[in-house]
Amino acid sequence: MSEVVTTRGRTIRIRRFDRAAIGAVMSREVANFRTFWKGTTFNSLLDPTIYLLAFGLGLGTTIVGDVEGIPYVQFVGTGMVATAVIFSSALPAMFGTFVKYHFQKTYDAILATPVDTEELVTAEALWIALRSGFYGTFPIIVTFFFGLPPEPTMVLIPLFCFVTAFGFASFGIAVAAKAQKIDQFNYVTTTCITPLFLVAGTFFPISGLPQGAQVVAQFNPLYQLVELVRGAAFGFESVDVLRLVALIIFSLVLWRLAIRFMTQRLID
Amino acid sequence: MPAIELIGVKKAFGEIQAVNDLNLEVPQGICLGLLGPNGAGKSTTMRILTGQSIADEGTIKVLGMDLPEQAKFARARMGVVPQLDNLDVDVTVEQNLAVFARLYRAPSVPEAVDRALEIARLTDRRKDSVGELSGGMRRRLLLARGLVHDPELVLLDEPTVGLDPQIRTQLWTLIDGLRTAGSTILMSTHYIEEAERLADEVAVMTAGAVIARGKPADLIKEHAGARTVEIYGPPHELEEHRDRFNTAGVSVRAAGPAIAVLAAEDAPRELIPDHAVDRAASLEDVFVKLTGEDAE
Ligand SMILES: Nc1ncnc2c1ncn2[C@@H]1O[C@H](COP(=O)(O)OP(=O)(O)O)[C@@H](O)[C@H]1O
Ligand SMILES: [Mg+2]
Repeated sequence: MSEVVTTRGRTIRIRRFDRAAIGAVMSREVANFRTFWKGTTFNSLLDPTIYLLAFGLGLGTTIVGDVEGIPYVQFVGTGMVATAVIFSSALPAMFGTFVKYHFQKTYDAILATPVDTEELVTAEALWIALRSGFYGTFPIIVTFFFGLPPEPTMVLIPLFCFVTAFGFASFGIAVAAKAQKIDQFNYVTTTCITPLFLVAGTFFPISGLPQGAQVVAQFNPLYQLVELVRGAAFGFESVDVLRLVALIIFSLVLWRLAIRFMTQRLID
Repeated sequence: MPAIELIGVKKAFGEIQAVNDLNLEVPQGICLGLLGPNGAGKSTTMRILTGQSIADEGTIKVLGMDLPEQAKFARARMGVVPQLDNLDVDVTVEQNLAVFARLYRAPSVPEAVDRALEIARLTDRRKDSVGELSGGMRRRLLLARGLVHDPELVLLDEPTVGLDPQIRTQLWTLIDGLRTAGSTILMSTHYIEEAERLADEVAVMTAGAVIARGKPADLIKEHAGARTVEIYGPPHELEEHRDRFNTAGVSVRAAGPAIAVLAAEDAPRELIPDHAVDRAASLEDVFVKLTGEDAE
């Protein structure tokens, strides 16, 4: 549904769910990002490098040999994509959202224009997901230097990262919408984000866990992402289609939840 | 068609009735001052007009559109200037404006930005980041941001609250220019002087409802008469004066260090001491009488 609004002799078309609104909100993010992209990008490269040096080379050359037929450094390197994705999506979404509605009142200003909460949340999640799709590939690039052979199927990795990051960005936004104080994010990090990233199969294979934990891990989107990334690097399995579908469902559900919670937060 | 039409609007936050049976009509082309003390419900009213707050009851029409259903479309035709500065400080002046030009779907973003820069008189600072601007420049930018799409209706929520007198004067000049250009303006304020200077008509709001409405001169005539007399003196003397006036059925109020007698022209002459200061009745007298609040 859309409406043509005439104002001062001009006509503008405003849709119920408007690409122009989403683009405009994202343009604000881009303008702000241009002021701090260097630091963020540098960290995104440095992080996996340090982990790979420490875990990959440290453990890989002395304690652990191949894991699931893959040299340990490549096992960790591909798994670290999930780490990069969650830390570049859920955390910025949580803190950024809270700061923007609570301290800066940015969302009050945006919602006074022909943009609604649905478009606002979608734009914010999209932008973070695009960024994460990009940063998610950094561990792979770093691992190339540790001997990971490039494969054509790896071009799918940014897409896998994007889908997962969209869900975790929405998760962060939803959490921020419910938060009363910024300190509460520490609990969320400790109780949700850290366990998710530890049992994603990044540093050790899930198959080594007890049966119960293995079942639980199946519900960890980060684990599914890691499996997809390793599929892209070392060969897909047929269940990987299901993994992607599951990630898409996860993201869509959290997206709707983020919209619902933010509407409750922003509209009184 | 009036620019704004509010009939029987109510909005509660839990126990607090922020807006309580509000009726307000703003015709096109005027600046209406919504004058009320803190907590009167002015900001809530503004948020209801943009669909950021959903009223519990009542009819709301903005530029002929029904709210909240059509709020998003109505917002395309209005500009909102918030009470608090929520500019993006790390990016440039023109980037702040360009984002809002896009949010408002301006047909040409560069043209909209240029126009707004001119309004804010910040054309030569366009490439500077907002963090580098002075307080006055930031407020001018905040105002211009809400005008970037040349809106038909402008909502100003306490546009100068807490600002230096100098910055306030700058903003008054801009708002006056807007009014002269024929925009419809709804401006909330709790500063009498602001309403007196800028508003064609004033609606006095308290406890969530408009209790008086009219041109400042008419309001003064109706509620405060022609003359106000202020009597200064030590507290016990003022107390005696007050008692005498009260006995004679004339209402007096405290006015800082003095007491003020409204409609002094009708008060018994012999009750007014020689040292009393006689002045024309003002909007402040109306405000204090109607809201029971001390004016700022
Ligand atoms: N979101 C809210 N939650 C709870 N109370 C609110 C909220 N917004 C406003 N109020 C209350 O409603 C009343 C009117 O507030 P407001 O509209 O901000 O008044 P004004 O702008 O005239 O100072 C105040 O008592 C205020 O505390
Ligand atoms: Mg207010």
